[in-house]
Amino acid sequence: MSATAAIPTLLAVNGIEVIYNHVILVLKSVSLTVREGGIVALLGANGAGKTTTLRAVSNLLKGERGDVTKGYIEYLGKRIDGLTPAELVKRGVVQVMEGRRCFAHLTVEDNLLTGAYTRSRAETSAGLERVYEYFPRLKQRRASLSGYTSGGEQQMTAIGRALMSRPKMILLDEPSMGLAPQLVEEIFEIVQNLNQKEKVSFLLAEQNTNVALKYAGYGYILENGRVVMDGEGRSLAENEDVKEFYLGFSSGGRRSFRDVKSYRRRKRWLS
Amino acid sequence: MNKNTPFIAVCVALLVGLVLPLATGASAPGFYVEVLLGGLMAGVLYSLVALGFALIFKASGVFNFAQGAMVLFAALAVARLAERMPLWAAILVGIVIMTLLAWFIERLVLRPLVNQDPIALFMATLGVTFFLDGFGQTVWGSDIYKIELGMTKEPVLVLQNLFQGGILVNGEDFVAAIVAAALVGGLALFFQYTPTGRALRAVADDHQAAQSIGIPLNRMWVIVWAVAGVVALVAGVIWGSKLGVQFSLSQVALKALPVVILGGFTSVTGAIVGGLIIGVGEKMAEVFLGPVLVKAFDLAGGGIENWFAYVLALVFLLVRPQGLFGEKHIDRV
Repeated sequence: MSATAAIPTLLAVNGIEVIYNHVILVLKSVSLTVREGGIVALLGANGAGKTTTLRAVSNLLKGERGDVTKGYIEYLGKRIDGLTPAELVKRGVVQVMEGRRCFAHLTVEDNLLTGAYTRSRAETSAGLERVYEYFPRLKQRRASLSGYTSGGEQQMTAIGRALMSRPKMILLDEPSMGLAPQLVEEIFEIVQNLNQKEKVSFLLAEQNTNVALKYAGYGYILENGRVVMDGEGRSLAENEDVKEFYLGFSSGGRRSFRDVKSYRRRKRWLS
Repeated sequence: MNKNTPFIAVCVALLVGLVLPLATGASAPGFYVEVLLGGLMAGVLYSLVALGFALIFKASGVFNFAQGAMVLFAALAVARLAERMPLWAAILVGIVIMTLLAWFIERLVLRPLVNQDPIALFMATLGVTFFLDGFGQTVWGSDIYKIELGMTKEPVLVLQNLFQGGILVNGEDFVAAIVAAALVGGLALFFQYTPTGRALRAVADDHQAAQSIGIPLNRMWVIVWAVAGVVALVAGVIWGSKLGVQFSLSQVALKALPVVILGGFTSVTGAIVGGLIIGVGEKMAEVFLGPVLVKAFDLAGGGIENWFAYVLALVFLLVRPQGLFGEKHIDRV
């Protein structure tokens, strides 16, 4: 922490609690920080609260009948928990939702252009060129309906569309979902590229811990709506518990499955 | 058997029905063309009301039962305002009123009901219907009012050298058709080429995703309801100038229902084509099918115009549920 303290904080989530439908408690005091120019990974199993955390930041919880009931969220030192998604996009926070969610009946290019709704005409055409630079494949497919493009192309369209709003920060939800391993690497390479060249910070939710920790500078592990562990990407990847429970390595090499139950250690954290 | 066969059969049957009176010599060509034009004129008005339905359904997934009430409300407003000011000013004020109405509906009805069941929203628009019907009469009165478009209502004879006896055409009808066509063309351009139109199409596709990239949903809804309100106003003014502005105007909405089923709920083109098909179809059926039925089954005859549209819609629901131009689901498998 002390080494990175000099870099200003971009996003700070402070002890938020999220309740769905007034009864279902999903996040229990989650805190996290994203520094400017960072790639931060939110890791965890299904239902751990990764998506909910992202939606709390982008204020898309209302659509799922969720509410932030405790805690607060700061972006560039100002509270943003009351802002609408549109206002947040204007300030530079945009979410790429889980499952791509491209507009199936619009062409790839129209999809990208919708992302520039908050931008001026000049910025829009410059933005389009920039997106095509990063995703040359989209330029080839610009005129086809995005519903008929491949999963990888849809993920590129979704990220490109978010990029069109000239964000400072992209909340990326499960970029690897349903993609071939090679494509996952390609997408993460692009994320890294955008991070370095465009200075876009990323907060990404990912189940693919292995890839995520390879690219993320910092990671948080969520379990049952709590942050149970956090640390630098590399140190998390080397942590025995993370290796065991998320990366599928065990300390003693290969073992017979007959022994799995007795050998399986308890987690060292409480969840 | 191809799965499109029943659909093609229905289309062929409609076409045959269309040319049969002429082919069998049951009608003089001049009269036939007159009926056809009459059907197209009625169809244009159905199209306008259906267009309002399709716009709102596309952008917010709401089946707006109140479209007919909006037609009546707009027509009443214009008719009464025109008593105090020139017609063009009355229409402008009418547009402002419909925009305000859209804003109120978004604020008071749609926003609190976001993410509820579609049926809840549908019921809400039913409530809006009754409110508008009543409120319109409270504000503007409940008599029959006239809208004078300042055009001759006298039909003129044209094409006398082409058809025996010529064709009777109403000049006002032609202007109405041109206005409607211009409106539709303008809307199509608006949807295809402006950033707002593109955003509206995006909202129609996936409103959550649209929200996530910074498209303000609430503003989009106001825009689309206001556009639907303006379309209702045009329909109301044209219709009102033909028949007089009265309560029965709000019943047009019931005729627009088969039109959107026929054309496809999400399609602007569908609303136009569907309206024309229904307009022509019911006039043709009334004029040419009626006498046949009377002769063949010794019925009293008449009244076909009232049910033809619904039967046609029912047939379409069976053979092509998404309508002529409705969006097919694109799914990745």
